[in-house]
Amino acid sequence: MFRILKKQELSPGIFHYDIEAPRVARKARAGQFIVLRVNEEGERIPLTIADFDREAGTITLIFQVVGASTQLLASKNEGESILDFVGPLGQPSEISENMGTIVCVGGGIGVAPVYPIARAMHEAGNRVISILGAKTKDILIFEDKMRAISDEVLIATDDGSYGVKGFVTTALQQLVDRGEKIDQVTAIGPGVMMRSVAEATRPLGIKTIVSLNPVMVDGTGMCGGCRVQVGDEMKFACVDGPEFDGHLVDFASLMSRSRMFRPQEAQARDHICNIGLGR
Amino acid sequence: MALVMEKHKMPEQDPQVRARNFQEVALGYDEETAVAEANRCLGCKIPKCRQGCPVQVNIPAFIGKIKERDFDEAIRIVKESNSLPAVCGRVCPQENQCEKHCVMGIKGEPVGIGRLERFVADYQLAKNEEIQPIQFAEDAQKVAVIGAGPSGLSCAGDLAKLGYKVTIFEALHVAGGVLSYGIPEFRLPKEKIVKREVENLQKLGVTIEVNAIAGRLFTVDELLGEMGFDAVYVGTGAGLPHFMHIPGENLNGVYSSNEFLTRCNLMKAYDFPNHATPIAIGKNVAVVGGGNVAMDAARTSLRLGAENVYIVYRRSEAELPARAEEVHHAKEEGIQFKLLNNPVEILGDENGWVKGLRCIRMELGEPDASGRRRPVAVEGSEFELAVDTVIMAIGNGPNPIVASTTPGMDTNKRGNIIADEETCATTKEGVFAGGDIVTGAATVILAMGAGKKAAAAIDKYLKAKTAEQK
Repeated sequence: MFRILKKQELSPGIFHYDIEAPRVARKARAGQFIVLRVNEEGERIPLTIADFDREAGTITLIFQVVGASTQLLASKNEGESILDFVGPLGQPSEISENMGTIVCVGGGIGVAPVYPIARAMHEAGNRVISILGAKTKDILIFEDKMRAISDEVLIATDDGSYGVKGFVTTALQQLVDRGEKIDQVTAIGPGVMMRSVAEATRPLGIKTIVSLNPVMVDGTGMCGGCRVQVGDEMKFACVDGPEFDGHLVDFASLMSRSRMFRPQEAQARDHICNIGLGR
Repeated sequence: MALVMEKHKMPEQDPQVRARNFQEVALGYDEETAVAEANRCLGCKIPKCRQGCPVQVNIPAFIGKIKERDFDEAIRIVKESNSLPAVCGRVCPQENQCEKHCVMGIKGEPVGIGRLERFVADYQLAKNEEIQPIQFAEDAQKVAVIGAGPSGLSCAGDLAKLGYKVTIFEALHVAGGVLSYGIPEFRLPKEKIVKREVENLQKLGVTIEVNAIAGRLFTVDELLGEMGFDAVYVGTGAGLPHFMHIPGENLNGVYSSNEFLTRCNLMKAYDFPNHATPIAIGKNVAVVGGGNVAMDAARTSLRLGAENVYIVYRRSEAELPARAEEVHHAKEEGIQFKLLNNPVEILGDENGWVKGLRCIRMELGEPDASGRRRPVAVEGSEFELAVDTVIMAIGNGPNPIVASTTPGMDTNKRGNIIADEETCATTKEGVFAGGDIVTGAATVILAMGAGKKAAAAIDKYLKAKTAEQK
């Protein structure tokens, strides 16, 4: 069993959990993910690692309540445990010294998984410019953490309540317009956002890495549910990824596939409300 | 006494009824039928059946004990060689192994060896006997087994009986490997059989750690180093599913058989939404492939409520790799066989969902490398099958995680671990490997056979190493 040592609601429906998993924490690296299962009837949920503390033996997860399974996870209290927790899974981010200027883009709760990557980039001595995107100021997460490890932070909100009004690509364009020499962009967020970032950098020839979170069951290289078309090849996000070249990812089929279980997801939400686990 | 030329029939659920439930199809012999079937065994002096068994169960001896109604002794004999008899009695392809060599099979039907094995295994499970834990020596050596599938379980069981302290590391949240995620409930009950067999191994003294993914949480080198294991057995099984690389495989409604069966068996999606993992099944399902996994996926589709389920296979019935019994069961339940047809494209609708499978007719040409006649496309014979779900059951490639994190353990060009056929030794000292990760997709019993061989070889290796150090 894996204990929830800290639970915090960052903004309505967005939660921060520190999970006690010392062995996973010891091995976790930026860019990797875990799979968890709340209880015996639960789904296996893949979540990208938002932080790890090797000394405290914890893995930080940030998640948004979107369906029955995240609702169930959110119903757990601090001090309670979740049944299964496996990781670290996937390939770590490729990070080295002398990569130059790295723009780390996080949209929505995608800011959380971009944080350990940005930090590792920073620790390797690279210049990190972070772009954080949110619908409104209230639901922006991880701002302080990102500021602490970034050389510069740009913020974009859809409604203009904080930072530049617009999307992360608006902020990215500002960097380009001022003549910033960008060596790599790493973008994590909703599929639409990652596709927009990739489309923005494609004509500029800027290497762009995206981290995908497709449909997945086991997460260990067995089910093939997480297959994604990358250039000419079929790749499996759980063992080949989750990071891929954003210019080669077929986002249209990726986003379409993420809708495969929509009817069942709605049914599951109703079910969880009926059995009294809904909030 | 006159010879009974035919096997006693296996009591089964009615095909019409069972095609809509997940309960076990074959119900098992009762005592009288088992004894009557055992009496068909001639007790050959040179038992050929035994040579056909990958783990060499002493078949005439255990059947002899069934004749005497000494079922306790019968199962004891089986368990000398086979640590998972309730599983093997259900899923072994006996017709290609023990029963293929049975003398009774020359003029009539062979003795139902698998059915008898199942009978004595179930007899013992029903008795719910206390299992005596092994008393390990203070300084017993430690062996790590990677993967709690049939190969790892059988290797661990044998090693524990030899006095080694064994820990199995399993990546998933339950032990059993393909027995848990792959083979359906209606062929191999999970709670009643798989879980019990695994628990019995634990009672014996084998430690099983779930949620422990080797190659990520720890490496093989760490197992042999700071984690203090003296040897490692890699039995990680089949890995990434193959796809055909035809257009449309990323449409919604397309599954690999691994995903489809994992959702249903491991995650119990048939009980959605009580179990939270969903499965989307259409009215018309095409399963591509002709092996046991294809039959399992097809029969599962039916049980999930599909109306028309097709097996699409590019060769003819004679070449179907599935067990004859599985094909027979599938047909009885109403699975429709579209043989000598090969998919060329999966067709999608405007919402990105499968709406059809375009196939081309095939005919058999000259034999290929596998000795089977090679299917050749009939030009201009393309047609559309109206389906809304497509399940690709065309095999798996090896999982790369352990191999790619274990320097010195070589793989072949397909990515399978290279291991000695007799000893399962890999190119890395102290590391052994067997089962599907070495051979590519095969059967439960062959994987168990490899686990057994490896256990014997690990014992020999560790004894030699200890002697050297003295």
